Amino acid sequence: MITLDSKIPEGPLEEKWTRYKANAKLVSPANKKKLDIIVVGTGISGAPAASALGEMGYNVKVFCYQDTPRRAHSVAAQGGINAAKNYKNDGDSVYHLFYDVIKGGDFRAREANVYRIAEVSNQIIDHFTAIGVPFAREYGGTLTTRSFGGVQVSRTFYSRGQTGQQVLLGAYSSLVRQIKEGTVTMYPRREMLDLVVVDGKARGIVVRNLITGEIERHSAHAVVLATGGYGTIYYLSTLAVNSNASAAWNAYKRGAAFANPSFVQIHPSSVPQMNEFQSKLTLMSESLRNDGRVWVPKTKGDSRPPNEIPEEDRDYYLERRYPAFGNLVPRDVASRAAKERCDAGYGVGPTGLAVNLDFRDAIKKQGQKAIEEKYGNLFDMYKDITGIDSYTEPMRIYPAGHYTMGGLWVNYDLMTTIPGLFAVGESNFSDHGANRLGASSLMQGAGDGYFILPYTISNYLASEIKTPRINTDTAEFQEAETRSAEKIKRLLSIRGKQTATTFHKKLGKIMWDHCGMTRNEKGLTEAIGLIRELREEFWKDLNVPGRADELNQELEKAGRVADFLELGELMMTDALNRRESCGAHFREESQTPDHEALRNDDEYAYVAVWEYNGDEPPVLHKEELKFEFVELKQRSYK
Amino acid sequence: MNKILFSAVSKKFVMALAGLFLLLFLPVHLGINLMLLRSDPEPFNTAAHFMATFPLVKVVEILLILAIMTHITYGLIIQVHNWLSRPVRYAVRNKSDTSAFSRFMIWTGGSVLIFLVIHFFNFYFIKLGIVEGDPENFYAIAYQLFAVRGYAILYWVCFLILGFHLYHALQSAFQTLGWSNEFWKPVIRVISLIYSIVIPMGFAIIPLIIRFFK
Amino acid sequence: MKLKLKIWKQGDAHSRGSFVTYDLDGVAPEMSFIEMLTYLNETLIGKGEEPVTFEHDCHEGICGSCGMYINGYPHGPVKGLTTCLLSMRNFKDGETIVIEPWRAKPFPVIKDLMVDRNALDKIQQAGGFISVTTGAAPEANTIPVNKKNSDLAFDASVCIGCGACVAACKNASAMLFVSAKISQYALLPQGRPEGKERVRAMIAEMDRQGFGSCSNTGACEAQCPKQIKLFNIARLNREYYKAF
Ligand SMILES: Cc1cc2nc3c(=O)[nH]c(=O)nc-3n(C[C@H](O)[C@H](O)[C@H](O)COP(=O)(O)OP(=O)(O)OC[C@H]3O[C@@H](n4cnc5c(N)ncnc54)[C@H](O)[C@@H]3O)c2cc1C
Ligand code: FES
Repeated sequence: MITLDSKIPEGPLEEKWTRYKANAKLVSPANKKKLDIIVVGTGISGAPAASALGEMGYNVKVFCYQDTPRRAHSVAAQGGINAAKNYKNDGDSVYHLFYDVIKGGDFRAREANVYRIAEVSNQIIDHFTAIGVPFAREYGGTLTTRSFGGVQVSRTFYSRGQTGQQVLLGAYSSLVRQIKEGTVTMYPRREMLDLVVVDGKARGIVVRNLITGEIERHSAHAVVLATGGYGTIYYLSTLAVNSNASAAWNAYKRGAAFANPSFVQIHPSSVPQMNEFQSKLTLMSESLRNDGRVWVPKTKGDSRPPNEIPEEDRDYYLERRYPAFGNLVPRDVASRAAKERCDAGYGVGPTGLAVNLDFRDAIKKQGQKAIEEKYGNLFDMYKDITGIDSYTEPMRIYPAGHYTMGGLWVNYDLMTTIPGLFAVGESNFSDHGANRLGASSLMQGAGDGYFILPYTISNYLASEIKTPRINTDTAEFQEAETRSAEKIKRLLSIRGKQTATTFHKKLGKIMWDHCGMTRNEKGLTEAIGLIRELREEFWKDLNVPGRADELNQELEKAGRVADFLELGELMMTDALNRRESCGAHFREESQTPDHEALRNDDEYAYVAVWEYNGDEPPVLHKEELKFEFVELKQRSYK
Repeated sequence: MNKILFSAVSKKFVMALAGLFLLLFLPVHLGINLMLLRSDPEPFNTAAHFMATFPLVKVVEILLILAIMTHITYGLIIQVHNWLSRPVRYAVRNKSDTSAFSRFMIWTGGSVLIFLVIHFFNFYFIKLGIVEGDPENFYAIAYQLFAVRGYAILYWVCFLILGFHLYHALQSAFQTLGWSNEFWKPVIRVISLIYSIVIPMGFAIIPLIIRFFK
Repeated sequence: MKLKLKIWKQGDAHSRGSFVTYDLDGVAPEMSFIEMLTYLNETLIGKGEEPVTFEHDCHEGICGSCGMYINGYPHGPVKGLTTCLLSMRNFKDGETIVIEPWRAKPFPVIKDLMVDRNALDKIQQAGGFISVTTGAAPEANTIPVNKKNSDLAFDASVCIGCGACVAACKNASAMLFVSAKISQYALLPQGRPEGKERVRAMIAEMDRQGFGSCSNTGACEAQCPKQIKLFNIARLNREYYKAF
């Protein structure tokens, strides 16, 4: 049975992190060399963590499933990265950034952690700039920012629409520098299958070499998971198709508690699904809503081409429902509103599951050139995918699974409930509460990796300096390897009729229908049954061709789907438990008379932390959220 | 040191320099050749004599021979290395949108080399005394050769090929030496075009005039 | 749509490969090339045949995982697109499509259409970084950067490291890739202190990996999905000479 201790340092908000650092234990250079750290994941949290730890002198081993660390899905982030630099002199400060993240998360995040990430945000920009990340600049040569995500200040640093790529490549460059130095060893094309726990501490991992199929054991004094989000559970999402939950999920099964699994952000603007073969929903940046107007026809089944529908027959529903914020309402609100219209039968496009994002008025007012300058690459990408020219015809958009606020529970040290197992970036339950604000995930990932974990992990490792290199020839490693090998054998031996992708699609549909933008008791209960049935079917009728000891992409997929089939149930269980609406989690039973989300702070101001319990239902622990420095408010965008 | 002299970039650098040096010599040669068009053999023969005997020209001559050798040797080394860089070829030929001239440099260069060898037998080796002939009357030798229809055609074709070679060579040399950017690239292209038409055509026009107008 | 696909199949790095022809019916024009191949695989698995191995991940043209040589073009016939963004609208009903892996000595085939592009990482590792240790950075605005240079650096830094330049080049040269990295750092004041060592080390590593020389043909520029420009190579050359 786990006990939750969030280990938040005493003292005023602004001093907690300083005090922590002042009291944290250090490890001498000579000892660092003798300590091994495993980092799984090379995204905007893993690559910084690994390079920073390597620079400090630890012996680091890094793993990712891609052929190279620089392809981690952080590369796809578009909009930008936040920092409280106040370069625009618009009154921004660490406190304001902190407050926006807490409020944006609908008051379901831990104050101390959020304040800390806001505090280190400026250092992140300094560091990225120093290592050559080409952020956008003013003519005077200084850095510029843009506003993003519906906050009142301009604090988002960006590199056109490719910020994620630029910061990830920057982090990757520091990583290869350490690989060259010999402090970091890179193990690409490895998929983590299991965590190895020895005497209650995380001591290693078991991975599958994706080229040879061999199962390898790797040991360390501490293990860091930076494996990203699990949004691909919906099958169609804005994530990379190979993103997975396997690392975090198997850590959960080894005793790391999972927090708020059902908190998933559904992004309002992605290219809608066009056919059943589609494998991915491409994000169309939030910034488009600065100029685009969202609408659907006023009459159901209006089949006229959008340009022939006159003004009086258009329903600009966001402007109608939220006159104060209009098209710029936060992501969760915009997504739900689109779903509401489509469910009511007003959706557009061949499937009826889309709404128009129209630039006609903006082009009329500012000219096509201005729009082209701002969004040219997005319009091009949209045209490549759909064949539609959005300069002359509205874009069609629909919400898509995008970001998982839930993840492994961690304390202030970023340590999970297994001593020695840390989680950073999107893989932890993070600082975003029930909803993440735009451009704050890159900030959190890089902050965790560069400026927080190096302190907290040293604090842990200081008491490990007497532990010799961990031997992989032990019963614990053997057991983990056997367990993984057996799972693979089982997957391969079914030889049924349906492919892993077929099951993934079916699971995705269940998740989307019942644990998507809106949830209700009946749907969730039903869905748990459906998932169980599907899981049973999976283990009876799965078809994985090929062998275990070779490169086998179908086997990789099957393993991931098997884990998703279990995680899905936990997400439903969590969503069912939380009978309130908060952030991205909208329970139909808990809404205001005009259909807005209704929070219930008296009963649910806690983090729902789930402990694995074998075949029994998971055990719920609650980390009460104490708000000492901010006042809880109901969000309103009317 | 070896690594630096024979790095992928240095090899191209040396080749480009040698090539550019040869390009400087071509207009001089053309200038002398144009004297062939005069009915009086004297000026041409004097110029040829001057070129064969003046000490400074001797130095340049050695440099030219060196440049040719270097250009060819490096060209071959690079080419072999390039072929080895793709041991398994594509089944479908690459259709990328590129300048066609650049793809055949080794072949156009090779053709020019063959012509050069013939040319050396006809003139240069006579001067050196390796091949029999009168080094003081190249004018007459030239007229005799141009009178042979096959030789005139060969001469013509070779200069056409040389033109192709030069058009890419000049642009490529600038790029290799690092003298190219968004602004200069189109300018260099035009200069290359002009050079690669004017010089080879200047040579090629001589046998035409001699055969048809004299 | 109905297609005839001639795809390179090869068991592993050591075995001999050959083309296998597949007839595929029911391809929708709005599928991406990768989705078309995924659909092919689903049909193959259904028939008990071995699926085709190929790489893909982001499906947004940014990770650089995907990449195959389609009918004589790396990433297919449309300029400025990766394979994952290439839509089947660009092919005709009944067309034969020949799909080959990237071919270059430093890119050995791993299986079918999947090749090992680690050589590119090795080049970057040789010097493609700025040696600033975490925590040592000065305040960001103490390093002003000329906006034009900053924009040019960005244009170079959008390289996704997919290897299409190598695949397209008749010499399998990696110069466009290397030049993009060198340019990014050369154009920023932060990159200057290590400029000389960087370019020498990266070129030496490029040679060690067995890439060819640059013939200034421009196939790389034509096929680069991020449209990185050839004059970056001129800059690389300049930087290299300056390094001695
Ligand atoms: C399309 C899109 C746009 C976005 N735009 C923005 C934005 O503008 N601003 C912003 O702040 N945020 C944005 N986000 C969110 C942000 O990009 C991500 O939350 C963040 O990059 C996650 O980083 P990470 O390091 O946690 O994980 P990732 O970058 O996803 O990296 C995961 C790593 O773990 C490895 N891995 C995963 N599973 C395993 C396994 N089983 N075994 C071995 N290795 C494994 C992978 O190989 C990879 O290296 C966006 C997200 C998406 C999808
Ligand atoms: S799959 Fe990422 S670029 Fe094509």
